[in-house]
Amino acid sequence: MAAGIAAGWLLRKRTFKWLDTLLIVLVWALLFFLGVEAGENPAVIKGLKDLGLEALLLSIAGTAGSIAAAWALWKIIKRKEGGHK
Amino acid sequence: MKGSLVIVGFFIAGIVVGVYHLIPGVANLGNVSYITLCALIFLVGFMIGNDDEIFKKFKRLNRLYMLLPLMTIVGTLAGCAITTLLMPHRSLSECLAVGSGMGYYSLSSVLITQYKGAALGTVALLANIVREVITLLGAPLMVRWFGPLAPISVGGATTMDTTLPILTQACGKDFVIVSIFHGFIVDFSVPFLVTFFAEM
Repeated sequence: MAAGIAAGWLLRKRTFKWLDTLLIVLVWALLFFLGVEAGENPAVIKGLKDLGLEALLLSIAGTAGSIAAAWALWKIIKRKEGGHK
Repeated sequence: MKGSLVIVGFFIAGIVVGVYHLIPGVANLGNVSYITLCALIFLVGFMIGNDDEIFKKFKRLNRLYMLLPLMTIVGTLAGCAITTLLMPHRSLSECLAVGSGMGYYSLSSVLITQYKGAALGTVALLANIVREVITLLGAPLMVRWFGPLAPISVGGATTMDTTLPILTQACGKDFVIVSIFHGFIVDFSVPFLVTFFAEM
């Protein structure tokens, strides 16, 4: 990543419109290979139902946690801004 | 939204290929996906370095909003830590590793596959895709109920790219910079957090 930032900074005078496309294609390739890896693993296929449930649980928990934290920060910011005005 | 569906489509296509062994000799597949991942990280870094506006914009940000990425990380990890109680077969570090993907499903799932195997990697992929979908679909409601920072926080690492258009619409133009800053910091922290918890 550091190498990428450095390279991007050095070449910042030029614009790279095709970068977004390349990024998407790479993400596709990555997910495809990931799928192959998961598909070749019988344990994953058998457990797909359980894995899906775990995934759902974790994403809901993570979402709820971050909502709570962001809500708290928003209340603090609102109170401070209200105080200044 | 359409982009996420295409990505899920590629993942499913990969599973089908894997199950029926449609591509022969993919034994060292781990290497291929690892090289793809390295290229991907390089590219993300390249894009950050290539954008000189990004650093200038950050300077104009209210200090308090800078705490949002921290709130996101702490809130997410706290939520995922609680799920450990519901899933006795998963360790705390495994739950935290999945959670710290924070919507960055491509990177987190590959990293977790490398460290913990394809099963948990798949959990990470699904969990983080769901999180992005929740952001895309639920942003307007979250703004109404919990204020404009909530959907940005839920968006996690995606708030400077894939979910940015929706967030701009739901939270208003004033929060574009907050959203980009938030995405930038969280994005940056994902590889470190995931690797940290996966190695524990």
